Amino acid sequence: MNTSEAQLIEEEHFNTDSEQFLTFMLAGEEYGVEILSVQGVQGWSKTTPIPNTPDYILGVINLRGAIVPIIDLRKRFELEAIPYGSTTVVVVVKVTNEESDRTVGIVVDGVSEVYRLDNKDIQAAPEFGDAVKTEYIKGLATADEKMIILLEINKLISFDVIEEAFSNDEVNT
Amino acid sequence: MAKILAVDDSPSMRKLVSMTLRHGGHDVITADDGVDALEFAKNESVNIVVTDLHMPNMNGIALVRELRNLEHYKYIPILFLTTETSIEMKKEGKSVGATGWIVKPFNSEKLLETVAKVLA
Amino acid sequence: MSMDLDLDEINEIFFEESFEGLDVMETGLLNLDQGDADSEVINDIFRAAHSIKGGAGTFGFMEISEFTHVVETLLDEVRSGTRQVSKDDIQLLLKSVDYLRDTMTALQNKQDVDAEAGESLRQQISAVLGNGGQDDSTDKKNIDEAASEDSKSEAGAEDNVDKFLESQKLWTIIFEPHLNMLQSGNDPLRIFRELESLGDLEVEALTESLPVFEKLEPQNCYLSWKLYLCTEATRDEILEVFDWVMEECDLEIIEPENTTEATDEVLEEEISKETENIIANKPIQSNETQPTKNNESNNSTTEKKVTKSKAAPKPVAKESSSIRVSIEKVDALLDLVGELVITQSMLKRFGNEYDSDSLKELGDGLTQLERYTRELQENVMDIRMLPISSNFNRFPRLVHDISGKLGKKVELKLSGEHTELDKTVLEKIGDPLVHLVRNSLDHGIETPDVRVAAGKPETGVLHLNAFQEGGNIVIRVEDDGAGINTEKILAKARDKGLVGPEENLSDDRINNLIFHPGLSTNDEVSDLSGRGVGMDVVRRNIKDLGGRVEIHSERGVGSVLTIRLPLTLAILDGQLVRCGKETYIISLLSIVETVMVNADQVNDVAGGARVYHMRGNYIPVISLNNVFKHDHNASVKNKNSGLLVVVESDGAQVGILVDELLDQQQVVIKSLEDNFKQMDGLSGATILGDGTVALILDVPGFVQSFLSSEIHKTSPHKHAA
Repeated sequence: MNTSEAQLIEEEHFNTDSEQFLTFMLAGEEYGVEILSVQGVQGWSKTTPIPNTPDYILGVINLRGAIVPIIDLRKRFELEAIPYGSTTVVVVVKVTNEESDRTVGIVVDGVSEVYRLDNKDIQAAPEFGDAVKTEYIKGLATADEKMIILLEINKLISFDVIEEAFSNDEVNT
Repeated sequence: MAKILAVDDSPSMRKLVSMTLRHGGHDVITADDGVDALEFAKNESVNIVVTDLHMPNMNGIALVRELRNLEHYKYIPILFLTTETSIEMKKEGKSVGATGWIVKPFNSEKLLETVAKVLA
Repeated sequence: MSMDLDLDEINEIFFEESFEGLDVMETGLLNLDQGDADSEVINDIFRAAHSIKGGAGTFGFMEISEFTHVVETLLDEVRSGTRQVSKDDIQLLLKSVDYLRDTMTALQNKQDVDAEAGESLRQQISAVLGNGGQDDSTDKKNIDEAASEDSKSEAGAEDNVDKFLESQKLWTIIFEPHLNMLQSGNDPLRIFRELESLGDLEVEALTESLPVFEKLEPQNCYLSWKLYLCTEATRDEILEVFDWVMEECDLEIIEPENTTEATDEVLEEEISKETENIIANKPIQSNETQPTKNNESNNSTTEKKVTKSKAAPKPVAKESSSIRVSIEKVDALLDLVGELVITQSMLKRFGNEYDSDSLKELGDGLTQLERYTRELQENVMDIRMLPISSNFNRFPRLVHDISGKLGKKVELKLSGEHTELDKTVLEKIGDPLVHLVRNSLDHGIETPDVRVAAGKPETGVLHLNAFQEGGNIVIRVEDDGAGINTEKILAKARDKGLVGPEENLSDDRINNLIFHPGLSTNDEVSDLSGRGVGMDVVRRNIKDLGGRVEIHSERGVGSVLTIRLPLTLAILDGQLVRCGKETYIISLLSIVETVMVNADQVNDVAGGARVYHMRGNYIPVISLNNVFKHDHNASVKNKNSGLLVVVESDGAQVGILVDELLDQQQVVIKSLEDNFKQMDGLSGATILGDGTVALILDVPGFVQSFLSSEIHKTSPHKHAA
């Protein structure tokens, strides 16, 4: 897909009135990702560690013959680590940029719901100052009287982040 | 719809001819050269033969000559595809028993029309 | 009628085969140049040119078609014997091949064509044809005529519409087929039907030449016809209908004096009756007997012509990521898949109705499954394999050109052209090979006078040879030239501090120094003519392919460069090893041996490095857990004992300390680079039988980085005998 096509599709997204989000739990908070980017949800399975990568990259798994990197979102967000339990799942998402598509699995505490949210109900994330990185946050919304943090998956798991992982230890706290 | 033997040493021409004819609903058997085609023809008959003239191993003229010696190929239409516009090539083709010719560059419809013409 | 043909695909095939055709022409021309004026050689060249012309015309590449026509005319003079081919002719034709190749590449990539160069070459050819530009222009006209057939008939269709408004003429046609007309497959009925498409037709059979029944030969045509055609068509259009049978009939077309209106119903009835009579005499039965109604057929023909597709073939963007696969290979695959499906359904049965009696059957089924899977894998791999000839074929020309420029006489020998290589390897080995060949021509083979003075034949021999050896493909570039000046190289290496002043090296070690980055740019030794690219680049390229290159050279006798390449990039014969909790894969090809080691055999050297003393050599020891910074309790991290897998790359050996040797198996290499930028020490990953992912060690990379950083000073080279 070339850039202009990608933009077109992107724009179409925004032009529709509502979008569906898959939400998942992470340290008591509910996060949402666009359902169109979700390739599947599967149970946690052992990963093969890749040497010299930051700790939030757990390694790679075999997903129907493809080698897919797995990212621990708790570690990514520098949240307290918990042992993986029966509800721990891997949400497999497709990350798109100008060059190519890439499939990545993110480990979360558990999958919650699928919501349809009106675009007008999505608020921009407030400024938290320098202390909190908001660039991964697409916006905030309320559903069933709960706040959902909508993630910008393409930015969260941008290509830079994974590649950066090998040259930049700063993210590896 | 007819069963057609298409003979051409050039893969692109072969593909063009066979795709066109299949598009027209015909059964197409392809052969890479005269030897290949004759081998096939010895065991199986078709409704039409469409062949190139310049081919390695056995050229189109020799092929037509050989085919006309086969009992089951005596009367069927044999067309040759040729870039030659010269009378000599046509004469040579005719003299060995070809039905007619299609002058290249042909377009797909011309081929189908010509085939339909000799088929009916 | 719409044609949804995939012209892009066909165009691509056309380009591919035209490039092949150009190669054939080039090879043939070079053979001619060597004085091999075999008529078969000339025919090959001619036929290749002819096919390109025809194809180009068909697919709408008029520049190519027109240009090739001129080339063909020159070739035809040679072929027919009216022209004695000269060196200049060959040079001109070779230039034409180059021009065509460039032009086609440009068209393929939808770039502009260098029309000026084409025009200039065309004029040069026309000039040697002896009749100046005149021949050129008439030829061009012929081609244009043939090429514009499409547009002509389209224009003709419009004319038809116009003429429809004009009043029609009644033509009388006397058509007397010769006895043998049917034997050329020409059916009079077909001709009538075509005439009918031009207008209203009345057919009158003339039976006077029909013999008595007993003498009637079914394959002969005894009937003649008088035809009345009421049409707006011209005489030429009517003649065209008889085009194919001109030689097989007597034909008289009588022009009408006055115009009439369309025919009446009664006439039409008569026509069908007559037609039925004709059919009774026809040796081959046809299922369609009724002529269609005149007006209908006329209309539909006109309509058809007007809506004629305008889809002229256009050049397509280059997409070279395709492979031409023979039908046999695909059929073999299909067969195997069929077998797999059968086996799978058989095995599925056991899942449904399992009992212990069927265990043996289950085992058999699994064995079968394994066999078919392996065969399938081999067959799929086979599809990626292409003969190296496509690569070798460029060398006759290259050698011809370069040796000519250098004033050297060189005979090029090619062997093993049918050796098959993975497509990717084949593509990437091209440049390094060219480098090596140029190098041999430049620095290896001497000028004739030098050779004669050295007591050698004045023509040097350059031999390119490819063959399979074990799991490797070997390509050899061999010349009988001057060989490498070892003293010069050694001096240079000492000068640059690459070799210690006291160090004594074998000739082979010295020769292989030419691949060293520090030396290879030295212009005296290995700078390649006009390219300034060193042998180190060659070596790096080959290494990137998982291969290696070495040189053997003898002063005054010649040099042999040997390239070893893996059969395929996609599959690896691997040794699975366990290291802590992880499983890694080491290429079996790189493993020299595996030894049990005790703590007292591994010595710590200053700087944290460790070496293992093996048969008088000190081998650096690598612990994967150290290198990969894994932190597992059950690892060999702090132990100096375990299994030491000794691997070799570039003549250097290192030992990798592992906990356990597991299976040996073929693994499919999957790239990690889609997701991770750079993986030091890893060449990829694979999926094991249990579905988990295992990492593949990049032994050459490993050895290289290890040697260059930690252990350089204790490199086993020093100790090697």
